[in-house]
Amino acid sequence: MAKLLKKTLGLLVLMMAVFTLTSCGQSSQTNVYQNSKEAKKIVWGVKSDTKLFGLVNIKNGKTEGFDIDIAKAITKKMFGKDAKAEFVATTAKTKVPLLKNNSIDAVAATMTITPERKKILDFTKPYFGAGQSILVKKGSSIKGINDLNKKGTQVMAVKGTTAVDNIHKYAPKAKVLELDDYAQAFSALKSGQGIAMTTDNGILFGIAKENPNYQVVGGAFTNEPYGLAVDKGQTEMRDHMNKALDEIKADGTYTKLVKKWFGSIPGFDLKEAEE
Amino acid sequence: MSILAQAFSWINLRFLLEGLWVTIEVSLISIVLSFIIGLVFGIIRYSKIKFISGIVGFIIDIIRNLPLLLLFFFTYFALPQIGLRTSPMSASIIALVVFESAMLAEIVRSGILAVNKGQMEGARANGLTYWQAMRHIVIPQALFKMIPPIVSQFISLIKDTSLATVILLPELLYHAQIIYGQNTNYMLPMYLIIAVMYFVVCFALSVVAKKLEKRFG
Amino acid sequence: MIHVLVNNWQVFLSGFFNTVLCSILALFFSLVIGSGFAIMETFQNKFLSGFARAYIELFRNIPLLVITMFFYVVFPQYFFTISGFAAGTIGLTLYTSSFIAETVRAGIQSIDIGQMEGARSNGLTYWQAMKNIILPQAFVLVIPPLGNQFVNLIKNSSVLAFVAGFDLMYQGDSLASQTFDTINTYLVVGVLYLIITLPLSYYMKHLENKLS
Repeated sequence: MAKLLKKTLGLLVLMMAVFTLTSCGQSSQTNVYQNSKEAKKIVWGVKSDTKLFGLVNIKNGKTEGFDIDIAKAITKKMFGKDAKAEFVATTAKTKVPLLKNNSIDAVAATMTITPERKKILDFTKPYFGAGQSILVKKGSSIKGINDLNKKGTQVMAVKGTTAVDNIHKYAPKAKVLELDDYAQAFSALKSGQGIAMTTDNGILFGIAKENPNYQVVGGAFTNEPYGLAVDKGQTEMRDHMNKALDEIKADGTYTKLVKKWFGSIPGFDLKEAEE
Repeated sequence: MSILAQAFSWINLRFLLEGLWVTIEVSLISIVLSFIIGLVFGIIRYSKIKFISGIVGFIIDIIRNLPLLLLFFFTYFALPQIGLRTSPMSASIIALVVFESAMLAEIVRSGILAVNKGQMEGARANGLTYWQAMRHIVIPQALFKMIPPIVSQFISLIKDTSLATVILLPELLYHAQIIYGQNTNYMLPMYLIIAVMYFVVCFALSVVAKKLEKRFG
Repeated sequence: MIHVLVNNWQVFLSGFFNTVLCSILALFFSLVIGSGFAIMETFQNKFLSGFARAYIELFRNIPLLVITMFFYVVFPQYFFTISGFAAGTIGLTLYTSSFIAETVRAGIQSIDIGQMEGARSNGLTYWQAMKNIILPQAFVLVIPPLGNQFVNLIKNSSVLAFVAGFDLMYQGDSLASQTFDTINTYLVVGVLYLIITLPLSYYMKHLENKLS
């Protein structure tokens, strides 16, 4: 028995030593802008489960949405008409590590600009103005964020989103159940695992459009300006993305895209969304 | 009934079959690579070479005792930090190969142990070196004994591939989730049909494994 | 890596506790259910043994994650809501019980048929013989493989992370996506799993050597 314990302990210590060593070995930073320019290609981290922003089309397997169109427009503005935008499916949980480890060049995935995230990533100017809201079943007694602030209330949110922190702040008594993506969170709401689902209004309107038994209530209780993100220190990439963003706003592409995706959504304020 | 008909439309079925194909493709590549690596590590462990056998044993023990889910995170998030850009596909294959070759190494080792000791001694007495005896006498016999457990590992590999949804590998479960994420009325039909698909593939393989066991076991 | 553990030890502790709790619950129930089906499969009655066989084959050949997700999202739509922890524990129990049933059945069948016949001819009923002669021997034989199933069960309990089961993996996941210190967080999670699984699997190896 003592031998057993000694062996286990020895293994654990050795392993920790190995891991600590490997996790210290950071790779040197590459210049994403120069690499992308050479390849004429930007690898974007996008959503695959979010209606209106980034959703896989089952007919052809391609991802479609506002974020996708913005990313394509920016890529073409930056590196010319024949430049390629490549898309990698991400979730709120995976996009930061993937940016950090160079698996993707930039993120266009309903990502709110926050002070915490700014410490580790570089953001462009906002390209979409969302606000956090609440989705409930029609006829629910929940009318707004304050109704959620009760003990025993369970609210669905997605791991790694600002919604998780905001609920802790605005409705501290509610318990948050964190799921991996929006499809899972909404499935859980529909299965009655919680009384409401919370995230940005644009995403919730997308779900409500397809599921008429559900509605967005209480309006937006936070400001969630979406930005395109790159890894910290990729300022050259960010500056060029900002310039491209200005250009697509100036030539009308941007407004056209906002109308294309959000023009027909009842209850959605286009003025609020445009940045 | 109409919900079922809509859920199992050709478009959805095709999307699911694409997912199933990714599941099988990833599993096949992984089992072949794991077998090769597992064979090497199993032999190293068996032959008790100083230090190397110890270190290999140590690594195998660590890997065997970690949840596979963690390995997916490491291969997808950590490997690129040392310069290896991985996609969901390559990250999944690497994670599965790391995990399965640790499992197979143990199977190989016990397969070799199960071959009668007298065989090695006989071969050595006839003038073969240790490695010659291994290669021509011991390992070929051990391989027959290993076939059934390897097929069982392959079955768990196919099931384990579903965990790769966590890094968004477009396999069967992930494709089903995309479909019912867009229309939640399809939840039940989707889970039923993917359960049937997994079952058919895995059950068929387990029947093969049983047949092989009767023959070689 | 140490700082992640020090700063968030309560989070890891509660996750660790839930992982252990769920594993113990699932182990208990899957032992009971698994042994039940193993015995049932040895029955003469074709219908009962066939039913046991079907149960075992069904849950052995469907991924654990699919079973668990089914109980988390599909089951509540037609019956009643169950928490992620419960759905995960049920999924683990069903999945593991099929493997335990296989193991126990192999144990029972490896006991010499002569023993059953001998016991019967000495006036014991089928159940008395099963309970007093066959099962005790079978269980000693299957302890090492059962131990391995338990190690697998603990590792597999990480599926709770998919259904907000508040286990070790879920807590690590949640923490990593808030602090962005992904790799260090998962390293802590890994070490915490190994603290349970490594000693257990060494002990099982030790036991196996002793028994054989």
